[in-house]
Amino acid sequence: MIGIETGAGPGAGGTEAQAGTTLLDVRDLRVTYRQGSREVPAVRGVSFSLGRGDTLGVAGESGSGKSTMALSLLRLAGAGAEVSGEVRYDGEDLLTARWVKLRAVRWAGASVVFQGAMSALNPVRNVLDQIVEPIVLHQQAGPREAERRAARLLESVGIPARRTRAYPHEFSGGQRQRVMIAMALACDPDLVIADEPTTALDVMVQAQILGLLAELVRESRVAVIMISHDLAVLSHACDRLAVMYAGRFVETGPSRQVIEDPRHPYTRALAQAFPTIGDPASRLAPSGLAGDPPRPSQIGEGCSFAPRCAVVMDSCRGRDPELWQVDPERTAACLRVLSEEGAA
Amino acid sequence: MSSAEPAELEVRDLAVVYPGRRGRPPARAVDGVNLRVGRAEIVALIGESGSGKSTLARALMGLVKPTAGRVLYQGAPLEYSTRALRRYRGHVQLIMQDPGGALNPKQNVYDAVAEGPRLHRRTEGLSATVRDALAKAGLRPPEDFLARYPHELSGGQQQRVVIAGALALNPSVLVADEPVASLDASVRGEILGLLLGLRDQLGLSALVVSHDLALAWNIADRVAVMYLGRVVEQGPVEEVLLHPRHPYTQALLSVVPDRRADWHPVLLAGEPPDPSAIPSGCRFHPRCARWAAVTGEQRDAAACDRRELPVLAPSDGSGPASAACHLLETTLLETT
Amino acid sequence: MTALDAPAAAGAAVRPPRFESARRFARAFLRRRSGIAGLAVLAAFTVLALVAPLFIGPDQLDVTRVNGPLLASPSAHYPLGTDQAGRSVLLMLIYGSRESLRVGVIATLLTLVIGSGIGIVAGHYGGLVGRLLMHLTDWFIALPGMPLAISLAAVLGQGETSITIAIAVTSWTGTARLIRAQTLAVEARPFVERARALGAGHGQIMQRQVLPNVMPLILVSSTLTIAGAMLSEATLTFLGLGDPTSVTWGEMLNQAFFNGAFTADAWWYILPPGLAILLVVLGFTLVGRAVETVLDPRMQERP
Repeated sequence: MIGIETGAGPGAGGTEAQAGTTLLDVRDLRVTYRQGSREVPAVRGVSFSLGRGDTLGVAGESGSGKSTMALSLLRLAGAGAEVSGEVRYDGEDLLTARWVKLRAVRWAGASVVFQGAMSALNPVRNVLDQIVEPIVLHQQAGPREAERRAARLLESVGIPARRTRAYPHEFSGGQRQRVMIAMALACDPDLVIADEPTTALDVMVQAQILGLLAELVRESRVAVIMISHDLAVLSHACDRLAVMYAGRFVETGPSRQVIEDPRHPYTRALAQAFPTIGDPASRLAPSGLAGDPPRPSQIGEGCSFAPRCAVVMDSCRGRDPELWQVDPERTAACLRVLSEEGAA
Repeated sequence: MSSAEPAELEVRDLAVVYPGRRGRPPARAVDGVNLRVGRAEIVALIGESGSGKSTLARALMGLVKPTAGRVLYQGAPLEYSTRALRRYRGHVQLIMQDPGGALNPKQNVYDAVAEGPRLHRRTEGLSATVRDALAKAGLRPPEDFLARYPHELSGGQQQRVVIAGALALNPSVLVADEPVASLDASVRGEILGLLLGLRDQLGLSALVVSHDLALAWNIADRVAVMYLGRVVEQGPVEEVLLHPRHPYTQALLSVVPDRRADWHPVLLAGEPPDPSAIPSGCRFHPRCARWAAVTGEQRDAAACDRRELPVLAPSDGSGPASAACHLLETTLLETT
Repeated sequence: MTALDAPAAAGAAVRPPRFESARRFARAFLRRRSGIAGLAVLAAFTVLALVAPLFIGPDQLDVTRVNGPLLASPSAHYPLGTDQAGRSVLLMLIYGSRESLRVGVIATLLTLVIGSGIGIVAGHYGGLVGRLLMHLTDWFIALPGMPLAISLAAVLGQGETSITIAIAVTSWTGTARLIRAQTLAVEARPFVERARALGAGHGQIMQRQVLPNVMPLILVSSTLTIAGAMLSEATLTFLGLGDPTSVTWGEMLNQAFFNGAFTADAWWYILPPGLAILLVVLGFTLVGRAVETVLDPRMQERP
């Protein structure tokens, strides 16, 4: 079960997932970049926890901080980033962990599937060798055993045995992304972070990759954090959704509920951005969201979504909303939600 | 044949073959396509990568010279002399995927939008033209943007600058190649709404190329689905998307992720399409679930693996949908 | 290429970012110490070369009119000694910078114009034209540079003009290859296709889209080319292809060699022109490297 904490603070600690099954527990994660003398907050306090086999989709526009958030979990956010908060992986805080431990987690515990599969693969080595290497290094497997396992992995992502000795450029975009997934699974991770794994791909290939990920989750109980700007994709691939805006979660909950009955106006806009074919409301009426997300350096007082919000109230500009419990499984950071709940 | 009034933009039996490199066989990127874009009509051309949709868009712009067939603008065939092409591009304009790359990093917004009018020596009142185009593209007030450079703009703003650059030439047709594929979900609807608004307010026609069928539902009047260089199904959007007849269209529709809870994608088997190795007979048959399900006599009668499909005739605004599938003729499967 | 036809308001608004980028460039450049050192050396030599005629007249450099001691070692009156005709080596050194720098600069300009022109055209057209131009370039690369320059200078007659031409003819090939490669990279970017779709012809694409985007590379290569050109100038003049009556660093070395400065241990005659060449070449190289680093976008990302 994924527990996503409300912003209320210590009192809400009880909503946490059952101890023992929690794989990843993130508390008040903040990432700040230094730009000259200024501090630019990219992630402004994100908390969630994830159990084995859980899938969490993080949705948001570019610039919302979703990739920074995910990468900083493994301290991959770059040299200029200052990360604070707590990232407990199997009980150990990765933000303060020794380098050796962190490296062990990066290799064998949690792995990342990056967006650009071409640049993340070594162009001058065949894909089998690239998967064999980490297996030999980190699982103390012999080269033969490692090769067998790598071939099996490639087969499981749909790369036939005769093509395992091919080089990255000989594969199509979708095949390369599948190789990336095989690579991420090479050391039997407990957690896979997939950063826009299907963004540059055709719909047909996207469906294949999503199906593949779903199958892997079912079979190996691996936990997945998937990042995308496409709420529809996330809702099919993940059990729970977290919608991110300006460095914070603004709505969380079970995928179906979030996409069918969004509470935050931003989630509503994102959900409507991808139409349902056959829905008369969206026929010849594309729906988007005017304006741009605020630059991290320009976040001021009040609700950061207020300038683009269709249902903004005067009080929104003065008060920065926290994540409030909407019902036992859902939270949203919107003053309207609070007032409705309060009235009810 | 076509109706009395000539289409705004039309292709007839168009083919584009790229010569094979390093001993590879030539790639038949576009292999016989008929398509019409009527006045103030938006046509969506849908296909996967490798379907030839981008090559077709380039051929429509005169950026690629067709191997066979013709491009017609308002009934007149496109000529490929430098002068004729320049005149043509005053009427038909291109909007590309990846607006970030489509803008010269060394040019500010003013210069990027003024580029077209300057190339066409329409510099009288250029400043007003540029502002007007920016305003039409939704960048208001234009003054705020003139001096900015591409890297200072968001993706949506960059695409609006590209669109403004096209509008500055006052074209009658826009060819948009994946105009929203590299944009955020929230910006996608905004840009599509802009294209729709341009049709409603300025009477622009548009051919929008995409891999996304939902885009056709959002803005197009008619849709053509392309597979390996051929249009396999085309017609009014409601008809094609709600009652798809070609197995490929059906498969594509099934993989569009939407908000419905019951999403059951039908994945196509086999390798992604490769235009340098087009299968004989119906080019879709190796991946076709309908053909795989056919047995016995029907299989012999249909002969999808041996019989070449006819090229679909261009449908016009009023015409019904048509699909190129041998198995539809046998009527046995018509009811599915 | 600026918005000349924009009205005053837009014009005023257009300018600041341009200054801004120049300022950013200057700031980044000033952070590189080696670049500043190179720039200081070059500035010193340029100022000397410019003001030299103010205090050095023909009296002091004309062999027939000077009356100093012959091949004298440095003294208070002649800080760098004298040559075999009794001229002050220091004054010759200062005056010689004029001709050396001029040949270097003009030869470099020629090199860049020919090299960039051929590079851009070859990169833009590809096909038959591009192949022919690249064959031509390869052919020039295969020609042995120094003998070609020597025979060119011999055919065109002694003097700085023929040396300048000889340098340009032998050194444009490197620039051409470099610029062609960059042109190919620029041409592959979508904004070139957009310009084509807007109705741009070949000339307009090369001039308005490609040129501004290869310009930084041309700038970088110019500083490195000029160093090479000055070395070539010194070499060719030393080999006796220059005008014996003019004063350049290469000419000084040539005269020192042929008038027995080496056997007479007259180090003050040999070392200064050699060191001057070394300093200026080093100056240009340092500036070139600094400019290269600053303009390289991959380097810019780093704080």
